[in-house]
Amino acid sequence: MSAVNKPVNQKAWFLILPVILCVAFSAIVPLMTVVNYSVQDIISPERRVFVGTEWFAAVMRDEELHGALLRQLIFSLSVLLVELPLGVLLALSMPAQGWKSSAVLVVVALSLLIPWNVVGTIWQIYCRDDIGLLGHTLQQMGIEYSYTGNATHAWLTVLVMDVWHWTPLVALLGYAGLRSIPDAYYQAARIDGASKLAVFRYIQLPKMRGVLMIAVLLRFMDSFMIYTEPFVLTGGGPGNATTFLSQYLTQKAVGQFDLGPAAAFSLIYFLIILLLCFILYNWMQSVGTQNPEETGHA
Amino acid sequence: MHENRFHKRSLFLLAYIVFALLPIYWMINMSFKTNEEILSSFSFFPVHFTWANYGLIFTDPSWYSGYINSMIYVAINTVISVAVALPAAYAFSRYRFLGDKHVFFWLLTNRMTPPAVFLLPFFQLYTTVGLMDTHIAVALAHLLFNVPLAVWILEGFMGGIPREIDETAYIDGYGFPRFFLTIFLPLIKAGVGVAAFFCFMFSWVELLLARTLTSVNAKPIVATMTRTVSASGMDWATLAAAGVLTIVPGAIVIWFVRHYIAKGFAMGRV
Repeated sequence: MSAVNKPVNQKAWFLILPVILCVAFSAIVPLMTVVNYSVQDIISPERRVFVGTEWFAAVMRDEELHGALLRQLIFSLSVLLVELPLGVLLALSMPAQGWKSSAVLVVVALSLLIPWNVVGTIWQIYCRDDIGLLGHTLQQMGIEYSYTGNATHAWLTVLVMDVWHWTPLVALLGYAGLRSIPDAYYQAARIDGASKLAVFRYIQLPKMRGVLMIAVLLRFMDSFMIYTEPFVLTGGGPGNATTFLSQYLTQKAVGQFDLGPAAAFSLIYFLIILLLCFILYNWMQSVGTQNPEETGHA
Repeated sequence: MHENRFHKRSLFLLAYIVFALLPIYWMINMSFKTNEEILSSFSFFPVHFTWANYGLIFTDPSWYSGYINSMIYVAINTVISVAVALPAAYAFSRYRFLGDKHVFFWLLTNRMTPPAVFLLPFFQLYTTVGLMDTHIAVALAHLLFNVPLAVWILEGFMGGIPREIDETAYIDGYGFPRFFLTIFLPLIKAGVGVAAFFCFMFSWVELLLARTLTSVNAKPIVATMTRTVSASGMDWATLAAAGVLTIVPGAIVIWFVRHYIAKGFAMGRV
């Protein structure tokens, strides 16, 4: 959204009214309900007591929540550490044109279109030690691999699954950035006798910077709300080794039906996300002003 | 040196493609086996090749209705998302108005909110208004993340159309609706396609909301898979076949948007 010489027109509000109504129905009303629950003790639908900030205090003291939050942060950071270099490397390796490029694009993007629970299922049947290719092979090699019994193995399996699922996003974004580099840049580099590394450092990386920042923030936030894949693969176990925030919240809200604490937890979770969003948005705006012709239509 | 480097990159690409496709291949392989074969032997190819698992899915209503239900709510959601996002994207791309930046930011926050946060209120809200277990309920719930997405993508594509076109049309006496439908819309055809694709995709892959808001009549395939399996004691073969069938629509559609998919991800900040 670049602000170059756009006329002011308050009637434009009528054009965005449908969007506001739609999203209000699916966001504001539910959010108000959460706020409402978070300050009440709902004993039965007819009997509710106002409890103020008691639930918030309880949630803040919740040891299990601290554990889930810590696991979540470690997981999200690991996701970034693995997926970012791997995605960039993949983007650099993808052919630029021809049928090969199309075929590779489709193969790489395929995992993004698989329903999230099917991603879990695929990895379940891939990693089981009795019927899975990976699990069975590791067993044959003498490694006591079991993602259902060993917490470290479970955690690593979830991480590899996420890498398999989402590295293509980083790669596609990087690929889009690379394609925006004019050929003249490479020709100039060739005349100067620049090494491959120098080309990467001084031409390709700066051109990918914008899209890669988007990739970093998207991967961080999306991994911050991961639910379905570990739910199907490990069910959060063994123990709670792979119970991340969304899973913990869902257990509380739907499993135990603890409305008050679940609502308070939802709000805290939402505020964390809001903070991250705010940083992201401001960052994107500042990039937009530095480099308007790039973010304007890319 | 140059040749050597080229080979290294090709090798890496090849290795990645194997890494990406092997798990999918394993599921396809299993979908053509019987449960007995899966549990008793270990082979790269189905020894007793069978279509029975697919046959079961296509003849058992509790399975194939899951696909139909998913298609229905995904279609409703995609149509509503794109339809409401079109005028809004035009407003954001062409005009400044009071609070425009704030609304844009607010839309972004909805895309970034974990669905788990809204799980409980959605459940209560839709029960209250009597929408539980309907296709509309899931379609409306998915608007939460698809409308912002569609607005962002369409706004990106509209930004690439010069404003002179609008101005010339208005001078020529076109009203807004006629200009938008007959001149502007054909110009951003590709953008509408890409936005629709992303809405389709994110509604198709979502499980948590779709599963919570439905029970019988509108039960999506993703929920059918998690429930039937736990009830019947791990029917791996059917599960694999059902999984393969959920990949097919995406695999087909992706071919048409392959040149736009990277651009769409960048613009939609998905």
